[in-house]
Amino acid sequence: MEFVLLIFLPVIFAILVPFVYKYIKGIHTGWLVLLVPLALFSYYLSFMPLMMDGGHAISELKWIPSLGITFTSYIDGLSLLFTLLITGIGSLVVLYSVFYMDKQKEDLGSFYVYLLLFMTAMLGVVQSDNTITLYLFWELTSISSFLLIGFWYTRDKSRFGALKSMMITVFGGLMMLGGFTLLSIMGNTFSIRELIAQAPELVNHPYFTLALLLILLGAFTKSAQFPFYIWLPDAMEAPTPVSAYLHSATMVKAGIYLVARFTPIFGTSSTWIWLVTGIGLLTLFWGSFFAVKQTDLKAILAFSTVSQLGLIMSLLGAGAISYHTTEAMFALATYAAIFHLINHATFKGGLFMIAGIIDHETGTRDIRKLGGLMSVMPISFTVALIGSFSMAGLPPFNGFLSKEMFLDSMVALQHFELFNFDTWGILFPIIAWVASVFTFTYSLYFVLKTFVGQKNFEQLPRQPHEAPIGMLLSPMILASLVLIFFFIPNLVGKWIIKPAVMAVQPTLYASPEAVDVHVLAWHGFGSTALWLTVGIVIVGSLLYVTIPKWQPLYKIQPAKLSLNEGYDALMRGSEKGMNRMSRLYMDGVIRTYLLYMFAFLSVTMIAVLFIKDAFVIDMTSFTALSLYGVLNAVILVLAVGFVVFAKSRLAAIIALGGVGYSVALFFVIFKAPDLALTQLVIETVSVALFLLAFKHLPALSSHGETAKTKIVNFVVALSVGVMVTLVALSSHSQKLIPSISQYYKDTVATEAGGGNIVNVILVDYRGFDTFFEIGVLAIAGIAVLGMIRLRVSRKETTDENK
Amino acid sequence: MKTNDVILQTTAKVVFFIIFLFSIHIFFTGHYAPGGGFVGGLLTTGAIVLLLLAFDLRTIQQILPFNFTVVTAIGLVLALATAAGSIFFNVPFFTHAYDYFTLPLFGKTSLHTAMLFDSGVYLVVVGSAITIIQSIGGDD
Repeated sequence: MEFVLLIFLPVIFAILVPFVYKYIKGIHTGWLVLLVPLALFSYYLSFMPLMMDGGHAISELKWIPSLGITFTSYIDGLSLLFTLLITGIGSLVVLYSVFYMDKQKEDLGSFYVYLLLFMTAMLGVVQSDNTITLYLFWELTSISSFLLIGFWYTRDKSRFGALKSMMITVFGGLMMLGGFTLLSIMGNTFSIRELIAQAPELVNHPYFTLALLLILLGAFTKSAQFPFYIWLPDAMEAPTPVSAYLHSATMVKAGIYLVARFTPIFGTSSTWIWLVTGIGLLTLFWGSFFAVKQTDLKAILAFSTVSQLGLIMSLLGAGAISYHTTEAMFALATYAAIFHLINHATFKGGLFMIAGIIDHETGTRDIRKLGGLMSVMPISFTVALIGSFSMAGLPPFNGFLSKEMFLDSMVALQHFELFNFDTWGILFPIIAWVASVFTFTYSLYFVLKTFVGQKNFEQLPRQPHEAPIGMLLSPMILASLVLIFFFIPNLVGKWIIKPAVMAVQPTLYASPEAVDVHVLAWHGFGSTALWLTVGIVIVGSLLYVTIPKWQPLYKIQPAKLSLNEGYDALMRGSEKGMNRMSRLYMDGVIRTYLLYMFAFLSVTMIAVLFIKDAFVIDMTSFTALSLYGVLNAVILVLAVGFVVFAKSRLAAIIALGGVGYSVALFFVIFKAPDLALTQLVIETVSVALFLLAFKHLPALSSHGETAKTKIVNFVVALSVGVMVTLVALSSHSQKLIPSISQYYKDTVATEAGGGNIVNVILVDYRGFDTFFEIGVLAIAGIAVLGMIRLRVSRKETTDENK
Repeated sequence: MKTNDVILQTTAKVVFFIIFLFSIHIFFTGHYAPGGGFVGGLLTTGAIVLLLLAFDLRTIQQILPFNFTVVTAIGLVLALATAAGSIFFNVPFFTHAYDYFTLPLFGKTSLHTAMLFDSGVYLVVVGSAITIIQSIGGDD
């Protein structure tokens, strides 16, 4: 089966969604949408045995074969892992959204269309082997994320957040496209597999470092790494199912996927290791530190996501070290990265859903108003507790296992001897430990401040109660996975993680079994990671207890100096700058614009004529003067003069019609019946149009012309006339290339089965032109309709902020 | 001011049909003689404009109760569908086909897919021109 087509299944289904939404009112649209990710998930599961044997599967759909651009679905361990995450978490999120999104109030039609569009885009990103289609899907995820963040588009914050995320991720996407282009120049192919095969030669190419930096920019913007993470907290304006799906489990991991996918190409470079590990760790610390500052539940989770993404990123960077050393610790790092990626998807997805439930049931997400919910929402509390403790790295939850592996890898970094790691390496475990302390603190902060402590139910907008069971189902499934993964880490490793690790570092392992990692929860008292964890728990708890004392310290940082302020200033500045530049020449008067156009046209054309020395007059081929021709020309000139000097607009319009008719007569004289016919009818219709619009036009005298502008107008008009005459004479006098007319004459009957060349050109030879022309005509018609008929008063319902 | 335009109105009623039939003729004959969808569409528009001048917008909307934006859309879809139809016969986009048939009444007639495309052009021209005229003329 051509499973590449399955990438498009969601978006094809999305075409049906609006109809389903409109005509099937009884059922929540989400139930039907749920079928798509569920079916895909179960289908993709069937790839698992193949991946466990270290195999891969390819399916191809040609798109632009002449340019080497194809939709290639290349499924190996890494792609399959992401595919299962996308479809698996996707199913749970759709299930959750059925209860979260109100059938009556929300525009479910649009919501599920965007969500399915995203699903296709994301599947495309993780399965594409062709860099160009990878880029295409990559930007499609940005666009669908934009639409979903701005789903409640009547809110200012939603629109702002949507635009911000789009600006930053599309910027990164464009940089990545640059990187891909360089790679394709270096390797002369768009296929990632073929590029990986050439990896040893690519390293020495002069473009290597530039391509590396550009691709990392793409990955870092998408995966919200420092300093680009600022879009993620603002993206929390999206409906909670979207935050759980795009902004924690899947889309933000696209950058991590990209880094993992390109590790075989760039992984041997020290720049790559330093940047990926360094930026990852910095992001880990930054995110966890600022998470404690937040007061909105979803904002805490957003910063925590930023920080966890940094953690996975740094592990991938450390994993690349295994190209340079045989030390087992670094093989562990890649394994830990993949493991933590799965764990993060499970616990963070659940936590986001709980945040949504709290918002849904109490009407607020402000942690300062919440408290004591444990007694009324026991199930939510349990799920939140499991998720938070896993995030904090406590047993018996899966986060504990991957966190220990992370600490082990970071400790190992200081012993690595290449690339100056032996001097600076000591920083890595320290930053990692401090960040983990803050992670522990915000995990407690999230769950305890919400569920434990004083009850102030009077302050809440709604009387809290437990959520319906359907809404709790998805987070409960995720929470049970958190527990299950702790007890069977090595099975999960065998099924999914080892094939993925092998895909990240194909040159190092012959088969998934060769990845020699065995995860243990207990390493004995001698383990460094254990004591680091104990330290984290003690210091973290102390920090949590003293939060009221030190939280105000965040206010020391002046608001003016934040990254967000920088982004805002950049946006404001560029908007103002552009505006000012446009104002230099755009004065809003159409006649000025016409003046620019005509002046530019005549100056360039005359200049080209002179520079190329193309001006030729050859009188021999001219037609002899005829009485009709002369008479017609006289009428034409008289009519033009009348248009210019007419005192009333009505007279000018009629004279303009005269100009058109005499031009049509010229066509008749020179035997061009088609042109003459068209010109005559056009002239008639346009005069009628002018007369219709007549009453809307301002009085003829109020142009505010001075003598100076009149002279300028005159000069421009004269030069246009001179230009057209010169061009006409020259083009008539010399034929640089043979005329195509003969070809038309020869083939019109045989090839096109017609007799009238003019019409056959329109509908057949140059049918494309005609097609786009009628497209333009239709747009013009609709634009006029839009401008005149649909002038809705500006301040109407669409702009309010609820 | 109430003008008396009996003569104009009476003439228009007759002349409208003459122009309209002529436009249909010109549309069909386009492949072999001067004419085609574009001119045909414009002529039809001209005929409708004549009615408009003789009567008023409301009367026109009663006589021709179409939504002309929909007409435009149908035209565009028809043109695109004709062009895209060739894909299903495994020939490049926009390849036209024609053949000769002997039909009752007409005798030997050539039938072209180009004609379908041209009727798309015709509909778009009529649709958007009347849309523009209706919007500008109807804006009081």
